[in-house]
Amino acid sequence: MKRNVPLAITFIVGAVLIFSVFIPPMENWGEDFTLFFDIIAVFAFFLGGGNLLRVHLTKLSRRKQDWPYSIVTIMGFLLMLAAGLFRIGNPGDINASLTEQGSLFQTIYDSVFVPLGSTMYALLAFFVASASYRAFRAKNREATILLVAAFIILLGRTPLGTIVTGWVPESFSILQIPNLAIWIMNSPNLAGQRAIMIGIGLGVVSMSLRLILGIERTYLGGDDK
Amino acid sequence: MKTIGLFRFLPALTSFSIAFFIIFSPALKAQAPDDSLSTTSPDALAVSIAPPTSLVVFDYKYDDGEALELTWVPSVDDLPVVGKVTGYELYRSDNGGEFYKITELIPGSNNFRDEDLSTGVNYVYYIVALSADARAASVKTEAIQTHREWLNFNLKYLFLIALIISASVIYFIETARRGKKLFVRKIAGLEAVDDAIGQATEMGRSILFIPGINDMDEVQTLAAITILGRVSRVVADYDTKIHMPVSRSLVMTAARETIKASYMAAGRPDAYSDDMVHYVTDEQFGYVAAVDAIMVREKPATIFLLGSFFAESLILAETGNSVGAIQIAGTARPAQLPFFIAACDFTLIGEELFAASAYLSGEPKQLGSLKGQDVGKALAMLVILIAVILATISEIRPLETVRYVLDFLIQVFTIKT
Repeated sequence: MKRNVPLAITFIVGAVLIFSVFIPPMENWGEDFTLFFDIIAVFAFFLGGGNLLRVHLTKLSRRKQDWPYSIVTIMGFLLMLAAGLFRIGNPGDINASLTEQGSLFQTIYDSVFVPLGSTMYALLAFFVASASYRAFRAKNREATILLVAAFIILLGRTPLGTIVTGWVPESFSILQIPNLAIWIMNSPNLAGQRAIMIGIGLGVVSMSLRLILGIERTYLGGDDK
Repeated sequence: MKTIGLFRFLPALTSFSIAFFIIFSPALKAQAPDDSLSTTSPDALAVSIAPPTSLVVFDYKYDDGEALELTWVPSVDDLPVVGKVTGYELYRSDNGGEFYKITELIPGSNNFRDEDLSTGVNYVYYIVALSADARAASVKTEAIQTHREWLNFNLKYLFLIALIISASVIYFIETARRGKKLFVRKIAGLEAVDDAIGQATEMGRSILFIPGINDMDEVQTLAAITILGRVSRVVADYDTKIHMPVSRSLVMTAARETIKASYMAAGRPDAYSDDMVHYVTDEQFGYVAAVDAIMVREKPATIFLLGSFFAESLILAETGNSVGAIQIAGTARPAQLPFFIAACDFTLIGEELFAASAYLSGEPKQLGSLKGQDVGKALAMLVILIAVILATISEIRPLETVRYVLDFLIQVFTIKT
């Protein structure tokens, strides 16, 4: 029973979603099932918030390693919750928009959360440099091709690329670095990406069929029962 | 003298013109198209701009009877930059009732799809061109009803392709079920799973499993959860510690159930703890900060990055690389694949992510589904090859038959909505 009910739900929902694409009167059914997911996801927020509090309160009460960070997490969680629920500092009343300018909720979001998020995102610049350094070391033939292609594209996207090969006559314009960069992006790169996309599409079809037909049951904890 | 003579004839000329207009105006009216400046619409009072013409309404094909499509020729005063028309208003009457405005449209508009309609209702439309000081309405359309279609024939080729691929997947599943041996190529990233978990066990360190940042409605997250089932079974057997911070509450619930079931299947339900999976935050970079901190503090021996990733892919993979963990990554987002390839030890590229669970299970019927995919690939390769050859021929020598076949192929593989 514990296994058959989820399998039946998966089959019915999967089949309806497929048929809703091809049968116009069923279009709304597909949208309704998507709505069900959203409703379930909203209730799951409580699960997530509850779990966050439980994990960090446990860490705090047992003085586990790095427990002071849990104080910051719990304080931040409760402060934002209170600021949002009670509209603290909101120029409007309790029915006003949560994101009203000047409210404590929006002020904390703009002044603390957004800069912290941007800081994390900015780390990407450094990580791109370190990853590129490793990827572009010409250890073998493939890595060398990658290095050359990357070099052409980098150069082709800068004025230097135009300056260096600007003298190449128009009849051989493909050899101008900016044009070469465009060719690499539009031909080999795009062909490779499309091949991957076709593979992904077929993979999704195959996996969806395994799930709908109940052949793939790992998400239920295996199929040996 | 000549001027005076002209003035003498002017009254006669004017009279003649008026007489001509009176006599011939009905004929002129009859010759004018029906959709010229209308006097039937309520808004047809101002005439300082020309109205839109040729307003046509027709049923939107292959829907549930919810939409009508309207097209018209914009007012001749609707010109870019120097045009007088500032926009359009579209009016509708339902079942002979009062006309009411359903939408406003920008200058240059020449079509509109009216949606959320009902079957069995007579709809009549007219459109008004607006200028700063005038309005000019088109004629009304004939009453029209929407029609419900039971099959979307726009998608007939998609249906056919889906049917061929699905049938081949099911055929190979059945073939495998009957005991026929199927060859599946080795996937290095999946071959390394057991070794990676074994290394974490030997080092006495944990395994970190990151299922991407999307929810359970993303097929990549589902793929990650199915792989988690296999990984956690080995983890339970080896008695290794697994840690799984997640960014979605539903993923947390699904992952807990999966790991719990694996521990039970391994005969070690007592070793399972709900704390193995915990929720962090839905916010992308908040989640990244938390996971990076876990990596730096716990220094896991093995990290799985499987699922749907965006800008955080490289931040996570590089941090994992810096703590010296063996990293097995996989995603179906082509834009993130180069980052994983650069920073991780093994990368499951696109379809390999979806094949992972079947591959790791080693079950014939699951492996059969992978063979079914190959039919789809063979079909794709064949069509691409034929289309390339035909396109090349039609460039060199334009033959009508070649062009026809090429257009047909384009039509088959273009999805119309």
